[in-house]
Amino acid sequence: MSDHAHSHGTMGRLMVGFGLAAFLTIIPFALVMMEVDLPRNWLVGIIMGLGAVQIIVHLVYFLHINSSVEEGWTMAATVFSVVILGIVLAGSLWVMHNMNENMMPMHEMSPTMEMPGSSHGHEGHTPVDDPAATPAEPGTQG
Amino acid sequence: MATEHVQPAEVWTPIFGRLTLDWIPYHEPILVGTFGAIVLGGLILLAILTKYRLWVPLWKDWITTIDHKKIGIMYMILGFIMFIRGFADALMMRAQQAMAAGGAEGYLPPHHFDQVFTAHGVIMIFFVAMAFVTGIMNYVMPAQIGARDVAFPFLNNFSFWMTVAGALLVNISLFVGEFARVGWLAFPPLSGSDFSTGPGVDYYLWSLQIAGVGTTLSGINLVATIFKMRAPGMKLFDMPVFTWTTLCTNVLIVAAFPVLTATLALLTLDRYLGTHFFTNDMGGNAMMYVNLIWIWGHPEVYILIIPIFGVFSEIVSTFSGKPLFGYKTMVWATACIMVLSFVVWLHHFFTMGSGANVNTFFGITTMIIAVPTGVKIFNWLFTMYKGRVRFEVPMLWTVGFLVTFTIGGMTGVLLAVPPVDFQLHNTLFLVAHFHNVIIGGVVFGVMAAVTFWWPKAFGFKLDDRWGKRSFWFWCIGFYFAFMPLYALGLMGVTRRMNAYMDSAWQIYFIVAAFGAGLIALGIASTFIGFFVSIKNRKALACGPDPWNGRTLEWAMQSPPAPYNFPQEVHVRGRDEWWRMKQEGFQWSEIYEPIHMPKNTATGVLIAAFALVLGFAMVWYIWWLAIVSFLACLAIGIAHTFNYNRDYWIPESDVAKHEQKGALA
Repeated sequence: MSDHAHSHGTMGRLMVGFGLAAFLTIIPFALVMMEVDLPRNWLVGIIMGLGAVQIIVHLVYFLHINSSVEEGWTMAATVFSVVILGIVLAGSLWVMHNMNENMMPMHEMSPTMEMPGSSHGHEGHTPVDDPAATPAEPGTQG
Repeated sequence: MATEHVQPAEVWTPIFGRLTLDWIPYHEPILVGTFGAIVLGGLILLAILTKYRLWVPLWKDWITTIDHKKIGIMYMILGFIMFIRGFADALMMRAQQAMAAGGAEGYLPPHHFDQVFTAHGVIMIFFVAMAFVTGIMNYVMPAQIGARDVAFPFLNNFSFWMTVAGALLVNISLFVGEFARVGWLAFPPLSGSDFSTGPGVDYYLWSLQIAGVGTTLSGINLVATIFKMRAPGMKLFDMPVFTWTTLCTNVLIVAAFPVLTATLALLTLDRYLGTHFFTNDMGGNAMMYVNLIWIWGHPEVYILIIPIFGVFSEIVSTFSGKPLFGYKTMVWATACIMVLSFVVWLHHFFTMGSGANVNTFFGITTMIIAVPTGVKIFNWLFTMYKGRVRFEVPMLWTVGFLVTFTIGGMTGVLLAVPPVDFQLHNTLFLVAHFHNVIIGGVVFGVMAAVTFWWPKAFGFKLDDRWGKRSFWFWCIGFYFAFMPLYALGLMGVTRRMNAYMDSAWQIYFIVAAFGAGLIALGIASTFIGFFVSIKNRKALACGPDPWNGRTLEWAMQSPPAPYNFPQEVHVRGRDEWWRMKQEGFQWSEIYEPIHMPKNTATGVLIAAFALVLGFAMVWYIWWLAIVSFLACLAIGIAHTFNYNRDYWIPESDVAKHEQKGALA
């Protein structure tokens, strides 16, 4: 393959990549350290979004992924990986969100079924050997 | 309950970690007997090796080999050895459940029974099925694409020995300590440190992690081989279907196995460092483990079956004397299954409570995956249609597969309906379903592949009569062993039961045990078949192309020379060897020196220290863990300074090899 010779990129492209990467790193740090007054969800969203852009910058400028390298196979492999990652991440979030909604409905239960001293709607805990946590009707929403 | 199981006290000493003499199960007659038999067998083997001076050839020609064909054969040997172990576990369970009805306790106490079903699942999936399919892919695929070896021959050897190290660690747990009692996927919180003290789950974790290194690397290796090492002229859509299925399988391995590694690593952190990823408190969530492990687990079942689809495709077209019907649809169906296998994982836990919308989505995707699979079944049927079908043994297995696998597929579609799954979840119906597809698919396929490619590997055919006996015992035995489990599952009998009160169930379990006995005869027939065929190898000897094959592996000698092909093959289309035969192809008599990779002991040495590392981590022997880890690193780094990695086979040797092949 002839593209091996120029697969390490030029100094200019590397510097562009470095600049973008540095810029994309400074913003999230600045947002947190300067205590910018934005809603927390916004902040998290911006930081995660910049992280995703950062990944693409690394792939394009440092790993030299474009549609022509290796007859496009590098690109195809990257797209496949991104699709699988997307499925796994989005799927897991969706599945686990629904699990928590359905299996932890403490706030919807009648007071008699609640265990003494339990905190309402405290998600993420599943005391399996605790009878109060198990009887949620699975699969009955909607 | 039988004798109450008392776990040895937890003590820790700097030298032996938590390993004490109490962990050696010398009070359990079954284990002592097994140990005795293995020691005896081992001693006999050592004696034979010494008597016939086989130590040096074993080391030089096999253990350190980087030849993809020999590594493939070693994977198959590993698979068969572990198959005996896994099947012994199956027989024990069938015997226990046939006995333990209506208050009877049977002969296996619960803590032992739980280890047996866990070991059975782990061994059959990771060290039998995976070893078999990896072995077949390793042997056949490079030959089908006209290559001399895989892309990274040393890595191939290393991958194999890592798999062996994992298998050995599982077997060590039989005699030192105990194995996990948590089912083959080790769901927390049961597998967490609160509910599983002792080394059982740790044996599970470390053996799978060590073997997983091998599997992942071998996946990368085979993908690179297919993309980079194809004979000149072979376009992707000229590749044999088995090579296509190998490609899809290894892409799945590369994509899915890191998920398993990460999930098991998180559980390891929970158990060793007291983190709380999958505990019930401190913000952990055990359901996340189930979610993650099935994101790997569902692609895994396709990793096992997709190459087998390829095997059957080759066999059907060869024995029907026709090109495969619908080559392109076969390839696209395989690719669809590859992607779809990543969007169905939740059907393994419909009952965990994601709700109607999530369950519906995953139920529908699961049903959709039956469509490309159905396409394949029809492609095979249409290939046979109007062909001159020769019912040799590989073809028998294929027909057995078509019928059995279709039944298993249909019960799978039943289970894909969430409301039905709520009834059948965790019952023997499920157990019957997945044995239906794994035995009817993977095992039948492996037996077919072994019969089909054996003459290529060794230059003589397998004995026909024993092959047929093996098939009929297996096929009939399967139906006896698992149809009763479907019935029991519909009655609501849950899986993994040590004993049960309702004696009306017993007759079903007895029939199932009888079926397992028939399967045992089938396995015995296979081994007798090997033995008889090796003894009669002169009479069974055959040329390089005994089945009138269609793809390039049949252009090699039988057994193949180390370099596979004396000259580069120029491929012009599909079924290249068929075309070459039509044109009266002959290798030219002018040979050139052939560049080949050299054997190396690095792989087996690193794997040996990885085994020690695993053992040390299981028993908390920290000094040994550090030493063996550093040894792995040191050997790996030392290997990078080894520049003496290749050699040339001179043309005179090539000519000699080829002449010998022409005479045979």
